[in-house]
This record gives sequence, structure tokens and C-alpha cells, in this order.
Amino acid sequence: MRETFTKGMARNIYYGGAVFFFLVLIGLTVDTVRSLPKTDNSQNLTEQVASGKRLWEVNNCIGCHTLLGEGAYFAPELGNVYTRFGESTDAIKAFIKYRPVEGVEGRRSMPQFNLTDEQLEDLAQFLKYVDGIKTARDWPPNVQG
Amino acid sequence: MKYESQGVAKLYFVAAIALFIGQILFGVTMGLQYVVGDFLFPEIPFNVARMVHTNLLIVWLLFGFMGSAYFLVPEEAERELYSPMLAKIMFWIFLVAGALTILGYLLVPYARLAELTMNDLLPTMGREFLEQPTITKIGIVIVALAFIFNIGMTVLSGRKTVINLVLLTGLVGLAVFFLFAFYNPDNLVLDKYFWWFVVHLWVEGVWELIMASLLAYVLIKVTGVDREVIEKWLYIIIAMALISGLVGTGHHFFWIGTPDYWQWLGSIFSALEPIPFFMMTLFAFNVVNKRRRDHPNKAAVLWALGTAVMAFLGAGVWGFLHTLAPVNFYTHGTQITAAHGHMAFYGAYVMVVLTMISYSMPLMRGQKAANETAQKLEIRSFWIMTLSMVAITLLLTGAGVMQVYLQRYSSEPLPFMVVQDKLAVFYWLRELAGLAFLYGLFMYVYSFFAKGKAVEDVA
Repeated sequence: MRETFTKGMARNIYYGGAVFFFLVLIGLTVDTVRSLPKTDNSQNLTEQVASGKRLWEVNNCIGCHTLLGEGAYFAPELGNVYTRFGESTDAIKAFIKYRPVEGVEGRRSMPQFNLTDEQLEDLAQFLKYVDGIKTARDWPPNVQG
Repeated sequence: MKYESQGVAKLYFVAAIALFIGQILFGVTMGLQYVVGDFLFPEIPFNVARMVHTNLLIVWLLFGFMGSAYFLVPEEAERELYSPMLAKIMFWIFLVAGALTILGYLLVPYARLAELTMNDLLPTMGREFLEQPTITKIGIVIVALAFIFNIGMTVLSGRKTVINLVLLTGLVGLAVFFLFAFYNPDNLVLDKYFWWFVVHLWVEGVWELIMASLLAYVLIKVTGVDREVIEKWLYIIIAMALISGLVGTGHHFFWIGTPDYWQWLGSIFSALEPIPFFMMTLFAFNVVNKRRRDHPNKAAVLWALGTAVMAFLGAGVWGFLHTLAPVNFYTHGTQITAAHGHMAFYGAYVMVVLTMISYSMPLMRGQKAANETAQKLEIRSFWIMTLSMVAITLLLTGAGVMQVYLQRYSSEPLPFMVVQDKLAVFYWLRELAGLAFLYGLFMYVYSFFAKGKAVEDVA
């Protein structure tokens, strides 16, 4: 690098740039959090949905599936599974409930989590709530996720 | 090695390499599960194997960063480490906590682990990469604080070099942003938004500070180039990393229910993210070309150059491929993401830690550089692992392009599992590349034990 560009100048760009853009990120975060109620489907965030989210977490569903595109890529996207399953929470519950304990020979299979009927309902309600989140351009691109 | 206390780094590096082996073993297991779906089912289902694979990666990189800091900071500060004893105690705490957590993943169902560790008191489990029980997370914070205290006291009471200060800033940032791991609101959009404050601001933020400072240190040592020149590069690289990377977080806010303006902000700023990596490549080759000495540790020089190139390809180029919102609309959460993730982590963080190990291990073993045979093996393992990772990335990219087309772009989109079956050939070849990587890793480990002719110091 040229001699006219000194270390001091480089240092100032670092400190100035870091502080400035960190503040920008904070500002945008405040604005994002304020405008979330328009899209985040929080009006449907019931106790049941909250306990469904906990079940989603403690069974490590994200270890195979994506949810709004984030997670593992081993099993289908579930952010729109409610739509894909014909807007039926019963279909979702039945799918989870009847997974074979020993799996399917030679194929990927979801484990049997032995959830109670109440837990199945909570989880299905959580997935329904996620489907109601208004994502930009209505992501995912189509019903297959 | 100028200061005796630098030697604690050896413990950290040995643990890092051991956990690295574990990570890759679980990697090839998952790779096989992609095509032989019932492999090890239901004993080790995919989600468990993945959690072990990613968590081991994070833990061994943290061991690597800590070991690197313990080696580098005393020498830069020109004094002994504030407390070598504290460093040793924290090592064992971290290792035992890490091992127990991994055993927990493997031995009991995850839901049971959540119960046993009282996740309900402060639910933080079950989010990607942050699967650790809350109690482990608290342990990580304690270890990180003790570590930063130890390093901080050494830096602040010694010679303050740019490398030391940048490294310290990066490490403090690492600890601070990890605190977002404890925030887990019921509102999924909020949860996802702040989850990225750990994940993105680590790997595309403060970790880049750590990486750049480690690379700068090794380059000073192996090339003898003037510190002033290297420090100027270091500042400008990390400046660009933060200028692009902070608002660049927005490329994760395209499709999770956050406002539309992130499409523009995220696209523009994250499109700048390759710049610091490109500068790192220029920097590394520049200073190696201007070297004032030929360091006998050829392997370390190769690792340093390799880090710069592979980080640029993996984090820079493969990141840019799918970072623009109109592209990401189709590629988000596909094998394209997996391809990028593999090469970025390997190129940037795995390789920089291996660079530090390559440079410092011989010194800690009382040599200037490893013997000729050992270096030859290490260099060969560099090529095997790196080329295997290139193959993994290309194959996953191929799988991803096909997946995007069949599942998302064609006029008659196919279901996920139907598409996965069609990708089997890519996954089989990826598995072979994974096994080749494992072979390279074994060769790398073996190189530490190989006997041979001592190298001449031609400096």
C-alpha cells in the first residue's frame, strides 16, 4: 500500500466504520422490532403455540428440518407444512404420531417421539402459527417448501 | 518460544485436534445417512449426529482460538501470561463440560436431556448451533470470562501491539454476542432475528477479527516483514469486515417475517462481504512475496496462504453466490447453503487454527520447525483435506442447483423427498470426498509423530 495511506488512517477507518455501522444496525433493529407486529402473526401467539414452540425445541426438530429456511437440510421445510398438509392440523398430528419406531428400511425416517395427544396438538398449533407469519414475497416459492 | 507460559497452548491444541477427529467421524456418518437413511437409526438419528458434528466444530474452534491466544499474546505483550494456572483450570473445566454435553446428546434422548438439565427454568435449547443445555451455556460464559480476564490482564500490562488489541476486541465481542444465546422469546420472528446476533455476528463479524489477527501474527513471524506494513493491512481488512458485515447481517432477514427493506440492505452490504476476504488473500501473498527470510516451517507458510485463499473462496465467493435476495429467494435453506457453510468454515476458521498450530507446535516441542518427513506429510495432508473440501463443496453445489430447479423453480415443483432421491449420486460422491478428508486428517495427526531429518534454519 502507498505511503500516503498511513496506519493511523487505516485505524480511524476501522474504529469509525465499526462504530458507525454498529449504530446503524442498532437503529435498524429498533425499527424492525417496532414494525414486527404487522407481519409476525403475534396475534395468534397463544399459550398453546408457546408450548408447541418449546416442544419443537426440546425434540431438536431443527436438527433435520428447516423452519423458514433455517435449520438442517435433511428433511422438508416446515414453515409452510400447514398449507402443504391441506390446512389440517389433524394431518400434521397423524404424521408425527405414526412414525415407525424402527424407521423405514434403507430410507430416511422421522423418529418416534412418543408425544401425548395434548403435545401433538400444541406442536401442530405452533406449526400453524408459523405458517401465518407474513414472509416477504410469501416465501417459500411454492407449496413444496 | 520466548515465554514459558505460552506452553499452555499445547493442551488446547491437542484437545482441538482430538475433537476435530470426532467432528469428522460424525460428518461422514451423516453423509452416509443422506443416502442410507436408516444407518444407525434409531440409535443415532440424523439430528443427533448433526448436533454433535456442529457442536464439536464450534467447541474445537474455540479451543483453537483460546490456544492461539495463549501462545500469541504473551509473545506480543512481551511478558508471561497473567495466570498459567487459571488457563489450565479453565481448560479442564471446558473439556469436561464439553465432553459431558456431547455424551448427553448421544446417550439420552434430547428431550430427556432438556428435562435433566432443567431447560424449563431458562429455555435456551433446541435452536440450531445453540443446542447446548442452558447449564453448559452458562459454563461457556464463565470459561470465556476467565479466559478474557487472563488474556486481558496480560495484554493491558504488557506491550500493546495492534495484533493483541484486535485479538482482544474479537474475543470480547465473541463473549458479548454469545449472551444473545440466552434470549429465546416465544415469538419465532424475534427469536430468529436475535439468534443471528450470535451466529452472524460471530462468524461474519468478531471471528473475522480473531482470524485476521492470528493470520497477521503468523505472517510477521514467518516472513519477517515489517510490523508497520502488516498492521496497516490488518486494520483495513477488519475495517472492511465490520463495515460490510454488521449491516450484512440483513442477508439473513430476507424471509423470516422481517421488513422488506432488509432485501436491499442485506443484499448490498453482504455483497461487500467478500472484499475483506479478498484483501486477506492479497495481503498474504503480498507479504510472503516480500519476505525477508525463508522460514524453515514451510508447512505453516502454506497453511497461512491456504487460509487466505480458501476463506475467500468459501466465505467470499460461495457466500456471494446466493446472497442477493432475488437469488436467495430460490436457494435459501437448500444444499447451496450447506456447500457454502462447509467451505467457509473450513477455509476461514479451521485453516487459521491449523495455521497457528502448524507454526507454534514445533516451537512448543523445542524445534524451530517440524522435521522434513513430518512437514512433507503435513503438506500432503493439507492438499488432501483442502481438495476434499473443494470436492464436497462442488458436489453439494451441484446437488443444490438441481434441488433448487426441481423443487422450487421448474413449472411442476416436486416434493422434497422425491427430489432428495434424485440427488443420491451427488451425496454418494460427497461421502467419498468426506472419507478422503478423513484420510487426510489421519495423515495430519500422524505427521506430529513422524520421525525424520531435522530442518536447517536458512534464515
